[in-house]
Amino acid sequence: MSIRLQNIAKHFANTQALEPINLDIHEGELVGLLGPSGSGKTTLLRIIAGLENADRSPQPGKILFGDRDVTNVHVRDRRIGFVFQHYALFRHMSVYDNVAFGLTVMPKKRRPSSGEIRARVFRLLEMVQLQHLANRLPAQLSGGQQQRVSLARALAVEPDVLLLDEPFGALDAKVRQDLRRWLRRLHDELNFTSVFVTHDQEEALELSDRVVVMSNGRIEQIDTPDTLYRAPKNRFVFEFLGDVNHLEGRVRDGVLTCGDAHLNVDLPDGDEELLLRPHEVRLAEEPSPESHLPVTITAISPVGAEVRVELEADWLAKPWQATVRHADFERLHMRRGQRLFAHPRQWHRFKEDAKTPEQQARVA
Amino acid sequence: MSQLAFWRSGSTRVLPGFGLSMGISVLFISLVLLLPITGLFGQLANLSLAEYFAIITEGRVVASYMVTIGAAAVAALVNAVFGLLLAWVLVRYEFPGKRLLDALMDLPFALPTAVAGITLATLYAGNGWVGNIIEPMGFQVAYTWVGIALAMAFTSIPFVVRTVQPVLEDLPAEVDEAAMSLGATDGVAFRRVIMPHLWPALVTGTGLAFVRSLGEFGAIIFIAGNMPYETEITALMIFVKLQEYDYAGASAIASVVLFVSLALLLAINIWQGRFVRRLHGGKG
Repeated sequence: MSIRLQNIAKHFANTQALEPINLDIHEGELVGLLGPSGSGKTTLLRIIAGLENADRSPQPGKILFGDRDVTNVHVRDRRIGFVFQHYALFRHMSVYDNVAFGLTVMPKKRRPSSGEIRARVFRLLEMVQLQHLANRLPAQLSGGQQQRVSLARALAVEPDVLLLDEPFGALDAKVRQDLRRWLRRLHDELNFTSVFVTHDQEEALELSDRVVVMSNGRIEQIDTPDTLYRAPKNRFVFEFLGDVNHLEGRVRDGVLTCGDAHLNVDLPDGDEELLLRPHEVRLAEEPSPESHLPVTITAISPVGAEVRVELEADWLAKPWQATVRHADFERLHMRRGQRLFAHPRQWHRFKEDAKTPEQQARVA
Repeated sequence: MSQLAFWRSGSTRVLPGFGLSMGISVLFISLVLLLPITGLFGQLANLSLAEYFAIITEGRVVASYMVTIGAAAVAALVNAVFGLLLAWVLVRYEFPGKRLLDALMDLPFALPTAVAGITLATLYAGNGWVGNIIEPMGFQVAYTWVGIALAMAFTSIPFVVRTVQPVLEDLPAEVDEAAMSLGATDGVAFRRVIMPHLWPALVTGTGLAFVRSLGEFGAIIFIAGNMPYETEITALMIFVKLQEYDYAGASAIASVVLFVSLALLLAINIWQGRFVRRLHGGKG
């Protein structure tokens, strides 16, 4: 079932939690709402669920599930499944009763027979691989297991859309990884439309078909993870999606200068700030005619596919991060305190006034 | 030395100060609780068993049991309903004056019960503000058992509110939301999701309110009218015996109240312990 939001806004007392928002989510899509805390992502999710009401004035917004207008439909009649960050399981009920709850509270004429309920609950428990724990109480399960119960409970009523509020936020890293993969697989199998909230960029990029990046109650960009990362629309999105190195300086005659560092750029004269991802910084023993950026290595973390190196210099306000291939790391004999030269492979620049980004690639 | 200490305590305790704190606790309980109760039983020693039974089964005294228990039961049930409602309002909603209402809940504890009694009596008497209005309508509160129940309800309402409140606070609003998102109506969500959590606290609070009402004296005597066989409470019977210098008789009746209260408290405690264990998955 597709979800269409038209002109959805929300005030809490005097603060605007959401500026009027339009959003289309296609049938069968898995969409991540990504943003820092206070960006309005959870509010938006709760409005879709019907747990919160959107503002009626100045203009009433509209929420459509497929062709069904659910703007004024109570949460219990919206046919949604909601998964809470802290599971919100019914502590006094067994796992089985938790999953069966949505079926047993249906009005008599829609309620399946008890045998059918039993079959369906066990099918769901099997799907979340918890059938052997059906008689346990939630307190006897681990966090990851509880969240799976909560997911099975939400899916039991066969909702039109599945909404997840920071579903893996309360779990530790390893379990989070597993559950993420497992949710993705489940989604591909059952093909329900789902929206989840997260503040973790990696989670959003890995899990979603499309990501909605939000800040301050506004949607900054909606795109596939790939496009989002490669072509961020503005500086906020660029900075939120990964580590960023800043290079501030003054441009004169095509040369950006900052202390004893300088870099050739094709930019008009004036103050500039360039942004670089860690993988866009190349390290070498010599400066080049285009760039002279002397740096000192202050920390080395050789864990993972690449070596992470922290760089400092007098002309830098904040240390830079660079990722280096293990081969280069060994070739340059990198060690703490070593002086090297940084060469940008590519840099990005966002003008504050214009929303269109200006990017320039440079092969070093 | 340390080996000696080890041998004496039988096992090592990491938490220090057990001996001292336990000793002081036992001393305090002995002085404040056990000693007076022992005194009570000392008085009982002056009675033979037959005399004891004669005193506690005398018609007027038995009638007072009925009045006390009946009124206390009504008061406790009324408090169960309204105490739950008050706790709900205090926990789940934000409104101006919430802090004030919260503080007011403790007033019956802080106020001398006699003050409450006099206030209630003047309000509900035939010429009082409220009595003025309801007596012509055929409701008599002052000097009937309804008045007794009212006074009991007043003095014991904090027990229900203060036991239910923390449990309700502990129950996240998300749980209601989860129930609703699964299609439960408000009634079903309350009955199947919220009530099972509140039951133990509600029963405990109601039980405590009931036990408190059994022993209430000051608030009641002013509004009760104190007519023999009709509106005399057991605490008053003890007071009457004392005024007649019949200390043994007073102690006999007091012992009945004591036993009933103690038995109830014990029952509540055991039942609650069992329930809480179940809720926490047998872990505690």
